[in-house]
Amino acid sequence: MVSVLGRAGWWLAALFLAVIASAATSETGFAIHMIIVALAAFIGLWVSLSRTDYAAIARGVLRTPDPGKYDDDPVRWGMIATVFWGMAGFLAGLFIALQLAFPVLNLGFEWTTFGRLRPLHTSAVIFAFGGNALIATSFYVVQRTCRARLAFPGLARFVFWGYQLFIVLAATGYLLGITQGKEYAEPEWYVDLWLTVVWVAYLAVFVGTIVKRAEPHIYVANWFYLSFILTVAMLHIVNNLNLPVSLLGSKSYPVFSGVQGALVQWWYGHNAVGFFLTAGFLAMMYYFVPKQAERPIYSYRLSIIHFWALIFLYIWAGPHHLHYTALPDWAQTLGMVFSVMLWMPSWGGMINGLMTLNGAWDKVRTDPIIRMMVMAVAFYGMSTFEGPMMSIKSVNSLSHYTDWTIGHVHSGALGWNGMITFAAIYYLVPRLWNRERLYSLRMVNWHFWLATVGIVFYAASMWVAGITQGLMWREYGADGYLVNSFAETVAALHPMFLLRALGGLLYLAGAVVMTANVWLTIVGKLREEAPMRQPAYDPDKDHPLVSVPAE
Amino acid sequence: MANKRIDEATGTETVGHEWDGIEELNTPLPRWWLWTFYLTVIFSIGYMVVYPAIPLLGKGTEGLWGWTSRGQLAAETAKAESQRADLKAKLAATPIEKLGDDPQLMQAAVAGGKAAFRVNCVQCHGAGAAGVQGLYPNLNDDDWLWGGNLQEIEYTIANGIRQPDHAATRTSVMPSFGRDGILTAAQVQDVVSHVRSLSGQEKASASATRGAAIFAANCVACHGPDGKGLREFGAPNLADAIWLYGGSRDKIAASVANAHAGVMPAWGGKLDAVTIKMLAAYVHSLGGGEEFTVAAAPQATANAQP
Repeated sequence: MVSVLGRAGWWLAALFLAVIASAATSETGFAIHMIIVALAAFIGLWVSLSRTDYAAIARGVLRTPDPGKYDDDPVRWGMIATVFWGMAGFLAGLFIALQLAFPVLNLGFEWTTFGRLRPLHTSAVIFAFGGNALIATSFYVVQRTCRARLAFPGLARFVFWGYQLFIVLAATGYLLGITQGKEYAEPEWYVDLWLTVVWVAYLAVFVGTIVKRAEPHIYVANWFYLSFILTVAMLHIVNNLNLPVSLLGSKSYPVFSGVQGALVQWWYGHNAVGFFLTAGFLAMMYYFVPKQAERPIYSYRLSIIHFWALIFLYIWAGPHHLHYTALPDWAQTLGMVFSVMLWMPSWGGMINGLMTLNGAWDKVRTDPIIRMMVMAVAFYGMSTFEGPMMSIKSVNSLSHYTDWTIGHVHSGALGWNGMITFAAIYYLVPRLWNRERLYSLRMVNWHFWLATVGIVFYAASMWVAGITQGLMWREYGADGYLVNSFAETVAALHPMFLLRALGGLLYLAGAVVMTANVWLTIVGKLREEAPMRQPAYDPDKDHPLVSVPAE
Repeated sequence: MANKRIDEATGTETVGHEWDGIEELNTPLPRWWLWTFYLTVIFSIGYMVVYPAIPLLGKGTEGLWGWTSRGQLAAETAKAESQRADLKAKLAATPIEKLGDDPQLMQAAVAGGKAAFRVNCVQCHGAGAAGVQGLYPNLNDDDWLWGGNLQEIEYTIANGIRQPDHAATRTSVMPSFGRDGILTAAQVQDVVSHVRSLSGQEKASASATRGAAIFAANCVACHGPDGKGLREFGAPNLADAIWLYGGSRDKIAASVANAHAGVMPAWGGKLDAVTIKMLAAYVHSLGGGEEFTVAAAPQATANAQP
C-alpha cells in the first residue's frame, strides 16, 4: 500500500510541476511541452491508482507473475512501436526527399520547412524505429540467452513508456522549433535529462537480468547490447552537458564551444553510428541469424576478437567528420587511421553473420526472412567498407558535404539497420502473439524485393549525385577560375533527387506491406498461399520397391 | 566444456556452450581477415609517422613529411595566384576604357568576371544574370538605369546603389506621390494612363491628357519630357517595354504611389580593383553593353524595324 501511495505521489508531484511550468513560462513551445509532460504524468498517476489490486493488498497476498514464463509484454509493445515509428519515419523521409526536388512542398509554414522536418525524419528512423527495435529485441534476447525472467519488471515498463515520451517530446520540439542544433542530438536540455533517466533505468533492467542469469556464460549478443547501452549513455551525457538559460525555457547553451564543441559533437555523432546502429544491431544479428538459420555461430574466436577490436577502435574515429576544418591536423590524422583500422573489425561481424549460414545456404532460396538477413549483412559489409574509404582524407575532400554522405548513410540505414530489423520483426511477431506462422510469407518476399530495389535506387542515385556535386564544386576552367555557381550544381542534381525519392517510395511501399502482414498476423489470420518452395517430386521414384533377387 | 561436438555440415568442433539452442563453432580467425587487419594497422602506423598525429604537451607531432592542411591550402592558393599574376598585373595597369583594344585581355577579363559573378552576384541577379522581376534588374538587356558603358558599370559595382555611409554611391529618391499626399488617387491613375501611352500600351484618352499635365509638372525633372529617363538620377526609361517593377496599370500605380529605391552594395571595399574591373567587363559582355559614345542613328533604325 505504501509503495502504491509513494508512486502515485511522485506522479502527482510531476503533474503539479509540469502544470506550474506550463503556466509560468513565456514560451509557447515550452508550455506545449510541459502540457505533454503533465498529460503523461496524469496517465502515470491514473494507471498506478486504477491498476492496483487493492483487495489483494488488503488480503496481504500479492499477485506474482508466473516465474516459469518470460516477461514479453514490453517486447510486444516494442514491436508495435517499432512498426508505427518506422512508418512515420519513412513517410517523413519520403516527404523531405520530395521537398528537396520540389521546394514548394515546404508549404510556406515554419513548421513544415525542410529544416524542421529533417531532424524529425532522422530521429524517427534512428531513435524511434531503431531505438524501439533495439530495446524490444534486447529484452527478448537477454531473457532467452540468460534463461531468466526480466529483472525489475516495473522498471522495464517505465523504460518503454518513458522512451515513447522522449520520442514525442523530441518530435514535437522539432516542429515547434525547439532544437539545440546538434545533428542527431537535437532535443533540448529537459528532454535530454529525461532520456538520461530512462536510459539508466534501461541499463539497470538489462544488467539486472544478466546478473540473475541461469547460464554460466554471457552470450555474444548480450556483449554487444551491453556495449551499446553503456556507450550511448556516456555519449549522450557528455555531448549534452548544457546550461539552460532558464528553468522555465527551452533554450540552453553547451559547455564546450568552438572546435572543442565540434569535436565532442562528432565524437558523439560517429559513435551514435558505431554503438547505436552498429553494435546494437550486430547484437540482433547474433541472435536472430543463428535462430532463423538453425545453425551454430561461425566462429566464437572471431566474435571475441572483432567485438573488442570494434569497440576499442570505434570510439576514436569521430574526428574524420571534421577533415580540413579548424580541428588540429593531428586529431584529423587519428580520426582517419582509426577509421581505416576499423574496416576488418567491422567485417568480422559480416563474416560471422554470413558464414553462420554454412550448411544452410539453401534457405536463402526458400526462406525470405533469411534472404533479408543476408541482404542486411551484405549491406553492412558494404557500408563498413565505404566508411573507412570515405574517411581517407583525399577521398573525403571530394565526398564531404556532398550527397555521397547521404547515400552512404542510407545504404547502411536502409540496407543494414532496416533489413535486419524487418527480419527480427518477422521472426518475433508469430512467436510473441502465439501464432502458428506469419500471415503471409509471400508478402515478406514482396517486402524484400521492394526494399532492395528501393535501396538500389537510393544509394546509386546519391553516389552519382555526390560525385557530380563534388566534381562540379572543385571544377576550375583553363583560365584558372571556378566554372560552376552553387545554384548550377543544385540544378544538375535534380534528376538524381527524383530517383532518390522513387527509391524512398519503394522502400516505404515495402514497409506498408510489412505493416499489413504484421497487423494480420497479430489479429490471428493466416493467408492461404502456396509455399515458397515446392519440395521436389519425382514420379518415377513414386512406387514401392520390388525386391530384385540377387544374381 | 562437456558439450563439445563436431558439427556435421562443416566438420568443425563447437565450443561447447549453448544458449537458447544457439551453439558456436570453434573456427579459427580467417587468415585473410587477420592479415588485412594487420596491414591496416601497419599502414596506420606508417601514416602516423609521416603525418602530424600524436598530441604532445605544447603541440602535436609534425610528421616526417612536414605536411599541414593550412600549408597545403597556402601552397595551392599561391600556385593559382602565380598563374594569374601576369594577367592581374596587366589588368591593373590597363584603364577599363582601353580594355577593348586588347581582345585577348578582354576575353580573360570576361572569364574572370564570370567566375566572380558566380560567387558574388548570382544571389540577386541570378546565375544567368536575368535578375528577378520586381526586385533586381536584368543585366542581359540594353536598358541601363545608371549607364551601360564599361566605366559606368565599373563605377556602379565599386560604389553600389544607395549604399549607406558611402558618399560616392549612386543615389536618388523618387517621391512616393500617393503615400505622401502629393497626388490624389485619381491623379495617380491619370499619370499612369499617360505613362502607359508613352510605351504604346494604351491609346490616348482624356485621362492620359490630364495625366500629361501632371507628368509635366511632377515627373519630367528626372524622367525627362519624353519619359525616356535620365541616367544621372537612375530614373528608368518609361517609354520602352522593360519594366523592372511591372508595367501593368496596377503595378505602375503602385510604383507611383509608393516609390521604389533599389539597393546594391558597394563592392569597392570587398573586392579588389582588378576583380571589379573583370566583373564590369563580364556584365558589359552580356549583350547590352554600350560603347563610350552612344551612337544615336543606328539605334533609331533598329527601333524602326516593323
